[in-house]
Amino acid sequence: MKAHRRQPLYLAFLLHRLSGLGLALFLPFHFYVLGLSLESDAAFDRVLHWTAGPLFKVAEFGLVFLLALHFFGGLRLLALENLAWSDRQKNYAAAALALSFLLACGFLLRAF
Amino acid sequence: MLELRLYLAQRISAAIMAPLVLLHLGLMIYAIQGGLSAEEILGRTRGSLFWGGTYGLFVIAVAVHAAIGLRTIMAEWLRLRGPLLSGLSWFFGFALLAAGWRAVVAVIGG
Amino acid sequence: MRDSNPIQVKVWRGDAAGGAFAEYEVPQQPAQTVLDVITWIQRHADASLSYRFACRVGMCGSCAMMVNGIPRWTCRTHVNKVRRDNRLTIEPLRNLPVIKDLACDMSQFFEKWKRAEGHFNGVASRDQPVAAISPREPARRAASAAIECINCAICYAACDVVAWQPDYLGPAALNRAWSLQNDSRDRRQVERLQAVSSDGGCLQCHSQQGCAAHCPNELNPTASIAGLKRMAGLSFMQKKYREPHA
Repeated sequence: MKAHRRQPLYLAFLLHRLSGLGLALFLPFHFYVLGLSLESDAAFDRVLHWTAGPLFKVAEFGLVFLLALHFFGGLRLLALENLAWSDRQKNYAAAALALSFLLACGFLLRAF
Repeated sequence: MLELRLYLAQRISAAIMAPLVLLHLGLMIYAIQGGLSAEEILGRTRGSLFWGGTYGLFVIAVAVHAAIGLRTIMAEWLRLRGPLLSGLSWFFGFALLAAGWRAVVAVIGG
Repeated sequence: MRDSNPIQVKVWRGDAAGGAFAEYEVPQQPAQTVLDVITWIQRHADASLSYRFACRVGMCGSCAMMVNGIPRWTCRTHVNKVRRDNRLTIEPLRNLPVIKDLACDMSQFFEKWKRAEGHFNGVASRDQPVAAISPREPARRAASAAIECINCAICYAACDVVAWQPDYLGPAALNRAWSLQNDSRDRRQVERLQAVSSDGGCLQCHSQQGCAAHCPNELNPTASIAGLKRMAGLSFMQKKYREPHA
């Protein structure tokens, strides 16, 4: 990474951008699978069973993590832009990362 | 002036989605236990005005939000400009909107 | 005293057409700044080296360069704090066109300052009383927090949005606009808000805070830009202004 970018809030920016990009690319597949139930409940069920394997659960953990990361990171940005300025942005960004990870772990624990 | 409109649309759609994402995250953590089945999901959603309205709104907000976000990434990282940038952004937005509503209709109406 | 362990310095040499790094060995001295190193090279190794400085005490804002990849004011940057394995790499500021060697063309930086209406517009003359502004007033405190800018362009070099969106006004110009938006004596705040919230303005900022991380005077342009975004959003909602052609 370029030297001038080695600071925590650049990392927060990058995580927000990459999580958003990841979610935007995942959404078409998500909508496609849900749309399968238009054809038949059985087709929908087949895909759901197919995604029940452990590998998919880890992938789902990743998706929950991305969504939580974009959510908490986005809340930080909304607060930064719309509320009185706070100098504790690094703390908030770290908290967003930690909360997202906890939430995704909670999901994983219930998935197995 | 375009940037101001995009900025506001991006933030307003984000604010609309904030409670919806929280609901969605909660629902995922709740529903994943014991695995997913069509019966379980569709039993919850079919004919439900609440889930239909909630996810219908969610899809509109996410289409706006994702299209503007992708537009920024395409401009900054792929250096796209002008009609190509606008065209691709509109395409992503409408594609997400169409696919999203199809999915909502599928799980609500069936 | 003969120096047994000279600093290994790579300096970018060239012009707008291109260039390459040249290597120099510079003797160590006590309390040596990066500007001292460059001056030593010009005086003792290669008199054709071009660079820019004036005050040498961190007030004029003319000696900023990239030092080991980070934009810094070279006159107040001690070699001991920034060298890696006794090596320094010195380049002209990022995001600005090079004139020669370490001197870059600051025109666009100051043009954007003007585009952001970064100048004071008062109406009072010397015959009128001095405006009474309490230092505790919130607007005055916001202006004070942003006011100590020395135009060194370090934030401009640190900003990725400047690199990605060439029209972007950049942190310094927007920070200046914010301090004037909080100056109750200024009479062009409607025009300035329009200038900084039109395309290429404050709304492009991604709040990476690279500007704040590297500002030598510890200003926070991101905070100023967030203030401008709030003003722009509120103003749009209130329909207080419209673009002339709209």
